[in-house]
Amino acid sequence: MTVREALNSALDEEMSADPKVFLMGEEVGEYQGAYKISKGLLDKYGPERVLDTPITEAGFTGIGVGAAYYGLRPIVEFMTFNFAMQAIDHIINSAAKSNYMSAGQMNVPIVFRGPNGAAAGVGAQHSHCYAAWYGSCPGLKVLTPYSSEDARGLLKAAIRDPDPVIFLENELLYGESFPVSAEALDSSFCLPIGKAKIEREGRDVTITAFSKMVGHSLKAAEILEKEGISAEVINLRSIRPLDRATINASVQKTNRLVTVEEGFPQHGVGAEICATIVEDSFGYLDAPVERIAGADVPMPYAANLERMAVPQVEDIVRAAKRVCHRSVPLAAAA
Amino acid sequence: MILGRAFEDKCAKIYYREKMCGFAHLYNGQEAVSTGFIKLVKKEDSVVSTYRCHAHALSKGVPARALMSELLGKTTGCCRGQGGSMHMFSKEHNLLGGYGFIGEGIPVATGAAFTSKYRREALKEADCDHVTLAFFGDGSCNNGQFFECLNMAALWKLPIVFVVENNLWAYGTFHLRAASDPQIYNKGPAFGMPGIHVDGMDVLKVRKVAKTAIARARRGEGPTLVECETYRFRGHDISSEPDDLRDPAEKAQYAARDPIPALKKYMIENNLGSEAELKAIDKKIEEVVEDAVEFADESPHPPRSQLLENVFADPKGFGIGADGQYRFEDPKFTEGTAPV
Repeated sequence: MTVREALNSALDEEMSADPKVFLMGEEVGEYQGAYKISKGLLDKYGPERVLDTPITEAGFTGIGVGAAYYGLRPIVEFMTFNFAMQAIDHIINSAAKSNYMSAGQMNVPIVFRGPNGAAAGVGAQHSHCYAAWYGSCPGLKVLTPYSSEDARGLLKAAIRDPDPVIFLENELLYGESFPVSAEALDSSFCLPIGKAKIEREGRDVTITAFSKMVGHSLKAAEILEKEGISAEVINLRSIRPLDRATINASVQKTNRLVTVEEGFPQHGVGAEICATIVEDSFGYLDAPVERIAGADVPMPYAANLERMAVPQVEDIVRAAKRVCHRSVPLAAAA
Repeated sequence: MILGRAFEDKCAKIYYREKMCGFAHLYNGQEAVSTGFIKLVKKEDSVVSTYRCHAHALSKGVPARALMSELLGKTTGCCRGQGGSMHMFSKEHNLLGGYGFIGEGIPVATGAAFTSKYRREALKEADCDHVTLAFFGDGSCNNGQFFECLNMAALWKLPIVFVVENNLWAYGTFHLRAASDPQIYNKGPAFGMPGIHVDGMDVLKVRKVAKTAIARARRGEGPTLVECETYRFRGHDISSEPDDLRDPAEKAQYAARDPIPALKKYMIENNLGSEAELKAIDKKIEEVVEDAVEFADESPHPPRSQLLENVFADPKGFGIGADGQYRFEDPKFTEGTAPV
């Protein structure tokens, strides 16, 4: 099943199960979705429940939040999360903080979803990764699916959740196909929010990643296996809350860590994971943590520059080797 | 109106006595708008306001005690002390805030109106005719979200009334310096809805216009934009009063049109009430406000454990701790803040 089909089926099933769930966003209805994620939903559920909005992110996001205050369950689609910046006041101030400011009177069961991060050749304004931005805000839950099973299980969990959820998809993953178990195809299938998945077990180094980078990390792990390094790949699935228990348990086993993300390095997800390890597993580290992130530049357009600005499989392999073999010798201790 | 005025005056007094801090945006002078509109709607109808929300909350029925406690940051406040002056919410009274950013409440109000329509059309609750009132100022009318919502409310015929409280000053900027077309009600027809201008210092005139607009929304005919010409007697907020740029002559002119003495005069002249009855109302309100302050004073501060409450409706959102259990299940979770 492709990720696109997985998301579509999750939306379909949740809209069918609960009449309070509705979808709103640009081109979600008649156009069948800018990336065809909402294909067929307008015909099935009608224009009252699948709303084509004008290009007014601040306005329609606020409308979604107002509806959520009253117990409806909106799914607000952003054509990409870059455009969500026009609505960030409502995501953070009206949605994330409201349950707290109203002392529990106004919970906001809303899902904000859409593609996040780099696509191919779309330039600086369409390639920003927002995982770290939203991950720092209390009151939000932030999910980053990788496979089709992740997409189905996490989206269903997000729609059923009583709090605001940021659901960061990836445009380049929409067309990728993954095997899905019979359990995942069941309409009651839900994945827990806040639990990471160990995609591949290993003994020598832990690699954490989310979204598209999980695929790169798995490929890197195969290359490393041939060179005698057994890598454990963790698919974070949930940026907020971060599954600190799983990450720490893994590092306590392997003693080495490489964090991988597509977004900018400063104040990124990798930085947070580093801090987590220092707090909970300091004594277990045999080498400093390696942090692989996107280049600290606005995304360039030229294809060769873009390739240099986003982590590639070779970068992960090199980092894992560095953390395992320390190609640069340690300075002599006193 | 008297309750609104007395409450705000008391706020100023306790602010100066340093029992309250932070922001306090007082509503003195604009009471006719709040009372004129909100007294016409039902409990199920929603009201959305801005940071200048104390009077709207009182008009909608939130008890003075709950508001005063909230301002003093006590756990008996309407938001248990977690919201404050600018963030008054009451689910029971359908008061949706209280927003710090101008224009922020407008899309949220449009969403509340959208819910009313959704319940009627998609959830088939045929008798759902709830209306939403969105209150905001002249400054918000230059903001992008305002236009986005005028458009969508008219496009989808949402049951909402957009009430502009044009008090001529957006913080320290005079309206004419900020708006290319200062006649805000003109913006209504530009988006396909009626735009009405009313004297916001006269509660009976406001009420008349409000009746029409609310009925229109309830019938499903869509939104109305009502511009109320009003004035705030105090500063934008208490801390900025010393920097007030306004001409004393302008203030005096509007002070002469104070809605409260105007209504009192009208009532006496038309035999709707005697001087004695009006004095009795004044006294009664004074007692209500004093009682509210006493109640708030005696109420407890929030306990330490309240810090981490209500961040999420589902506290699993705090994640799984180092021991593999959900953090919030640990009984010691609310005792410290470091491992959060």
